[in-house]
Amino acid sequence: MSSVRVLVGTRKGAFILASDGKRKDWQVSGPHFAGWEIYHMKGSPVDPNRIYVSQTSGWFGQILQASNDGGQTWHQPGAKPDDATPQWPPVKSNRFSYDTSDKTGKPLTTHQWYDGTQHPWEFKRVWHLEPSLTDPDTVYAGVEDAALFRSTDAGVSWHELPGLRGHGSGPQWQPGAGGMCLHSVILDPSNPDRIYIAISAAGAFRTDDGGATWKPINKGLYSKYIPNPAAETGHCVHHIAMNPKRPGVLFMQKHWDVMRSDDAGDNWIKISGNLPTDFGFVIDVHSHQPDTIYVVPIKSDSEHFPINGKLQVFRSRTGGNEWEPLTKGLPQENCYVNVLRDAMAVDTLDDCGVYFGTTGGQVYCSADAGDSWSAIVHDLPAVLSVEVQTLE
Amino acid sequence: MDSTQPKIRVQLPYHLRTLARIDGDVWLAVASPLTIASVLDALEARYPMLAGTIRDHDTRQRRPFLRFFACEEDLSLQSPDMPLPTAVAEGREPLLILGAIAGG
Repeated sequence: MSSVRVLVGTRKGAFILASDGKRKDWQVSGPHFAGWEIYHMKGSPVDPNRIYVSQTSGWFGQILQASNDGGQTWHQPGAKPDDATPQWPPVKSNRFSYDTSDKTGKPLTTHQWYDGTQHPWEFKRVWHLEPSLTDPDTVYAGVEDAALFRSTDAGVSWHELPGLRGHGSGPQWQPGAGGMCLHSVILDPSNPDRIYIAISAAGAFRTDDGGATWKPINKGLYSKYIPNPAAETGHCVHHIAMNPKRPGVLFMQKHWDVMRSDDAGDNWIKISGNLPTDFGFVIDVHSHQPDTIYVVPIKSDSEHFPINGKLQVFRSRTGGNEWEPLTKGLPQENCYVNVLRDAMAVDTLDDCGVYFGTTGGQVYCSADAGDSWSAIVHDLPAVLSVEVQTLE
Repeated sequence: MDSTQPKIRVQLPYHLRTLARIDGDVWLAVASPLTIASVLDALEARYPMLAGTIRDHDTRQRRPFLRFFACEEDLSLQSPDMPLPTAVAEGREPLLILGAIAGG
């Protein structure tokens, strides 16, 4: 019988929530890495027991953790567990050095700072880990300050794909309120050379040659808070999502505006329709119905909580524009949490499960594609990310 | 490492002890000259998983929210190549690596 494993990153550690296919009774393990911020954790689709974790701290910097047994034990890639041999080399799995070599063509040193001046590129943390669709030892990392790194040795060492920052617009990129983070990485299952990424606040980009070169894919975005609202780059994209069964169609939750592209990001149209507000962070797509999408509207960029204290997921079954509120099982009074950009996921069971976590520490599950919800846990630390693995 | 080299005592913050699976203080044999840099070199050689957590991999600069203390002196702002106090070199006093107290 199938089962699910929900990987939850929080401000104070990681948690793993496990259930059978009914998704009613749950086992909770954690906190793993107690006291550390866990920005993201995700399992390999090739080897589900291989899980990568971004563990970070304002004091101690970035740590990479991995598991080969579904989260029962962890190790820092490249570190020999429980070994103190002096000759063992220093761990490099937390070393994210920007590529400034001449051979990569366009070494970048600065980007735009909040005040419009140029500021050095400084690595801060890994926001998102995206394991390869074909190789459990290959994994991508989206980082702050925005860049894309890749490891082909199970996280032991990391190398930047410098063509992204070398695109030419890099000096115009600027941080959003959460920092200048590369937060979304989508691998195209139909084309191994195609990757989509998104950066706050630079916008969305696509490579069609395995990461060597990149193009901004922001045509149709309109952001009235930047000097040129229709600029090629500079948009605060909060998240992008894709159903792997229909790779050319993308959905985007921008700072304001919910958007859709039917041509791999070359053009975008607004699909906010009847949403009560189109500000928000998360967006995701039903596993089996590629025109069924989910968002969690947030009141505004000044007030990061649901309207009127009512937590509502909105679902569109028409690929956008026509939205219905989903409230059964969700708090409808005095709820003032946020749902952060990487904190929604879907499973692939026949009746698609939808999951999201809140800054109030709840992780909600719907085992019926959003019709009804229940909290798996109520009182975790603030949730930063949610991923789900469907296990056979 | 020469076993006759003096042992230096280092106290680490809780999260680094947990990360390196260390229980209590660390005793390290450190090659001369005895400096913060040479102690950190020895510490990272002994506990490779600490590389990058106290000082940046590339710049070798101390992480901003960590401080170095010994003999009731804040050594954080001095050159990492300055000699450490004699009491530390003789193992009578520890080198303290502290995380700044912040937050709630």
